[in-house]
Amino acid sequence: MADGQVAELLLRRLEASDGGLDSAELAAELGMEHQAVVGAVKSLQALGEVIEAELRSTKHWELTAEGEEIAREGSHEARVFRSIPPEGLAQSELMVDSMEDEVQRRLQLVRGGQAEKLGEKERSELRKRKLLAEVTLKTYWVSKGSAFSTSISKQETELSPEMISSGSWRDRPFKPYNFLAHGVLPDSGHLHPLLKVRSQFRQIFLEMGFTEMPTDNFIESSFWNFDALFQPQQHPARDQHDTFFLRDPAEALQLPMDYVQRVKRTHSQGGYGSQGYKYNWKLDEARKNLLRTHTTSASARALYRLAQKKPFTPVKYFSIDRVFRNETLDATHLAEFHQIEGVVADHGLTLGHLMGVLREFFTKLGITQLRFKPAYNPYTEPSMEVFSYHQGLKKWVEVGNSGVFRPEMLLPMGLPENVSVIAWGLSLERPTMIKYGINNIRELVGHKVNLQMVYDSPLCRLDAEPRPPPTQEAA
Amino acid sequence: MPTVSVKRDLLFQALGRTYTDEEFDELCFEFGLELDEITSEKEIISKEQGNVKAAGASDVVLYKIDVPANRYDLLCLEGLVRGLQVFKERIKAPVYKRVMPDGKIQKLIITEETAKIRPFAVAAVLRNIKFTKDRYDSFIELQEKLHQNICRKRALVAIGTHDLDTLSGPFTYTAKRPSDIKFKPLNKTKEYTACELMNIYKTDNHLKHYLHIIENKPLYPVIYDSNGVVLSMPPIINGDHSRITVNTRNIFIECTGTDFTKAKIVLDIIVTMFSEYCENQFTVEAAEVVFPNGKSHTFPELAYRKEMVRADLINKKVGISLWFVHSFFRETPENLAKLLTRMYLKSEVIGDGNQIEIEIPPTRADIIHACDIVEDAAIAYGYNNIQMTLPKTYTIANQFPLNKLTELLRHDMAAAGFTEALTFALCSQEDIADKLGVDISATKAVHISNPKTAEFQVARTTLLPGLLKTIAANRKMPLPLKLFEISDIVIKDSNTDVGAKNYRHLCAVYYNKNPGFEIIHGLLDRIMQLLDVPPGEDKGGYVIKASEGPAFFPGRCAEIFARGQSVGKLGVLHPDVITKFELTMPCSSLEINVGPFL
Repeated sequence: MADGQVAELLLRRLEASDGGLDSAELAAELGMEHQAVVGAVKSLQALGEVIEAELRSTKHWELTAEGEEIAREGSHEARVFRSIPPEGLAQSELMVDSMEDEVQRRLQLVRGGQAEKLGEKERSELRKRKLLAEVTLKTYWVSKGSAFSTSISKQETELSPEMISSGSWRDRPFKPYNFLAHGVLPDSGHLHPLLKVRSQFRQIFLEMGFTEMPTDNFIESSFWNFDALFQPQQHPARDQHDTFFLRDPAEALQLPMDYVQRVKRTHSQGGYGSQGYKYNWKLDEARKNLLRTHTTSASARALYRLAQKKPFTPVKYFSIDRVFRNETLDATHLAEFHQIEGVVADHGLTLGHLMGVLREFFTKLGITQLRFKPAYNPYTEPSMEVFSYHQGLKKWVEVGNSGVFRPEMLLPMGLPENVSVIAWGLSLERPTMIKYGINNIRELVGHKVNLQMVYDSPLCRLDAEPRPPPTQEAA
Repeated sequence: MPTVSVKRDLLFQALGRTYTDEEFDELCFEFGLELDEITSEKEIISKEQGNVKAAGASDVVLYKIDVPANRYDLLCLEGLVRGLQVFKERIKAPVYKRVMPDGKIQKLIITEETAKIRPFAVAAVLRNIKFTKDRYDSFIELQEKLHQNICRKRALVAIGTHDLDTLSGPFTYTAKRPSDIKFKPLNKTKEYTACELMNIYKTDNHLKHYLHIIENKPLYPVIYDSNGVVLSMPPIINGDHSRITVNTRNIFIECTGTDFTKAKIVLDIIVTMFSEYCENQFTVEAAEVVFPNGKSHTFPELAYRKEMVRADLINKKVGISLWFVHSFFRETPENLAKLLTRMYLKSEVIGDGNQIEIEIPPTRADIIHACDIVEDAAIAYGYNNIQMTLPKTYTIANQFPLNKLTELLRHDMAAAGFTEALTFALCSQEDIADKLGVDISATKAVHISNPKTAEFQVARTTLLPGLLKTIAANRKMPLPLKLFEISDIVIKDSNTDVGAKNYRHLCAVYYNKNPGFEIIHGLLDRIMQLLDVPPGEDKGGYVIKASEGPAFFPGRCAEIFARGQSVGKLGVLHPDVITKFELTMPCSSLEINVGPFL
């Protein structure tokens, strides 16, 4: 019998039935394989709401082939017993003199559908002897659907231009869509998540009226990277272990020598109200080229340029760019990363101003609970580390570093004495890793990036609620 | 930031009270310290070497405390306790005194041979000191912390401490040929020459790091007593003869170095910290150092310096009063003096009632400017008590033009179906030269002198290798792969002050079963459309002309001319290039300099 015929039979029986029918019972009544009825149920299901089918599973006991044989012909023991001739055998050859075939009786009970009459122990004994097996039967309980009809017609899958022009769509049934299935993603390019975050930070600074500093010089002299920032020449950061120095070009070709002299004097003898570091400052050390270890070198250049413009005009500056450290690499540290830096120069700026600007800046990042900790940076005094309360970790975590640039850095540049410069910095990678739930920085930055992650990454909305931490699904 | 590890119970005993971990963490935060970790010796060993090795170790609770890098006075338990007790106003800062001995002053004579290798030395004596095991351990640990930090791993300063009762002055600090120096060093049972020692220490995990300081010098520094006993061979090792123990009562301290200022600071720190345990507390016996020019100096300096700062300056810098007229928000000069005194800077109001006179003790070598005093006032006031305000600075924001163009371009590159990569600016020579069939000398790349691995030999001169490596790491992704990057490359350039210059490049690659030159070519057309550069050679237009390059398949490379200059190349990559980057499919690429389109 073809599928369609079974389906039609099923619908007619269903129409006559009181509430519904069982697929296995129907198969038995029609004298056909259960599987054929199941096929009909499935094809009717595909038509939508014609029928409703609920999967049910029942367990029952069935005899194995060997069990069938025993039920029919008696157990092996009984057959041996019966094969003894009426005249008997020598006593030595026969151990029993009479028996009842208990095994056969039990198996016949099961065959008669009365397996429940056997105890758990008896059934399991028979199962161990491989005479009995527990079988799970999956059947459907079929009932009328909301669009029940005994006549079934083929449904259209899609609307076509012909149907529109002929108007035939009015008379045709349409196959329902499966709205649980995924759509087809558009063919598109994708922006890198870290750089999406970079864009947002640029946006925040621009919203706050900060002007972008040029930072397109990865190579810097020790002078601008360290000396100009009043970082002494013996400072550990200037060690080979922390900084990439250059072999070629090994030394800076030009330095602003007037300014260099003032920097030298401030380091070695003091001045501008400072004791200085009182050591032998060497020009050779300042000339050494390196890969900048922070963008503060670019800020120093910008502030020096500002100091040359008279009269002084207040500025707000920012930059986001790469910096380099000759560090040991691990899951959260690479030899290069992006530094975000903000600088405000004006008359009479205070620590309170720095904290006020930081509060506005971090509020735009969606971080509102801030706390400030005293800290030490060679070129800022006072210095403060910025902590925010992390809801997930339930503790205060460091989110940035900040301070007021030292007079020993600003005054040799030629900035007026009553001008203060407040500044803060943070890395771009850390907030991005937190934002996108990335644990290994190599998956984010560099050529080992996981492109699937790039394809799948959402918009960067820093002030929106973060989604719950990602589960293991992401490969 | 240096980390000091102290026994919790010992710390609490010295502080005269106990704290919960949270309370102590809070106190640290307020003071500018960080309670980094709560652990024990046992835990440390078991973490590093496994539970078996840790079996017998002590489980006394240790606090690991991060100390600001310029606060040498907080590098030991004694200093931490003193700092915190003064901060909490439980004690007054002690006054450190230098005294002349009853008998003859200890003399250290510097000979001129030291000039070329380690010219400076200072010395002092701690008289009638009483050590316990814990105090002794702290004394040794402080020297180690100083060595690692201010002494720059002994390069700038090295400390030697000796049992004075085993020696007889005057002492001589000189420099000799290594073969002429012979003594029994600490923890050895026999005498060795300096040459032998340098060899032995090559395998010593602790000392091998200091050998380079004197290794190749013709003369090594050495200190003798009047009987020819070697006190030390700085900055490597002390002699065994004068070693100090827990029972030592009189200590001779010498600091030698290449930085005189730092040597004096180090000596001041050691004697101020440990004179606490001398019979006359906080009193240090002077020693005389005779320099090669015959001049004599007395150490330790233990100098107290006076600074004068106006109260309104502090208020103004901290921002306690600037925007508030009400005196409620302003700290009075008296209160400011009190705040500073809590920071170990004894202060009082003098003159017109607005002047604060601050005494900077020898322990606070970090105070070199009024701004350092302002910071301490702010810390004592409590950073988190400062009123936040916004500066009234009015400014108009501008973007850096190159970054502005980059931002616009990258969005339209993604809109054109290309995905953005972010690759490293540093790479191997091989990446930018050999793998692209170019000689390294032709790249004009800048070279790094101290790379730890080949990945950091040069700054990239092209973005292409980074994109090809990105594809190689993502070969499981469905084809085609279309990537781009807009970022800086670096080229040597003697016209700039540092001798090198960044260029903003745009690079794109198309990787598929077919080379897809037309796709990359189409992308170029689209980019030029976006940049408003018309096709054609005239009127500032763009054109591509057949060219060649070692990275490209012969006959499949063109040079891009725009606005009258060559701006880059595009083409199908050479199979050798594809293979060298561990790729298997054809690939076409495009790389242009963005600068000319500004």
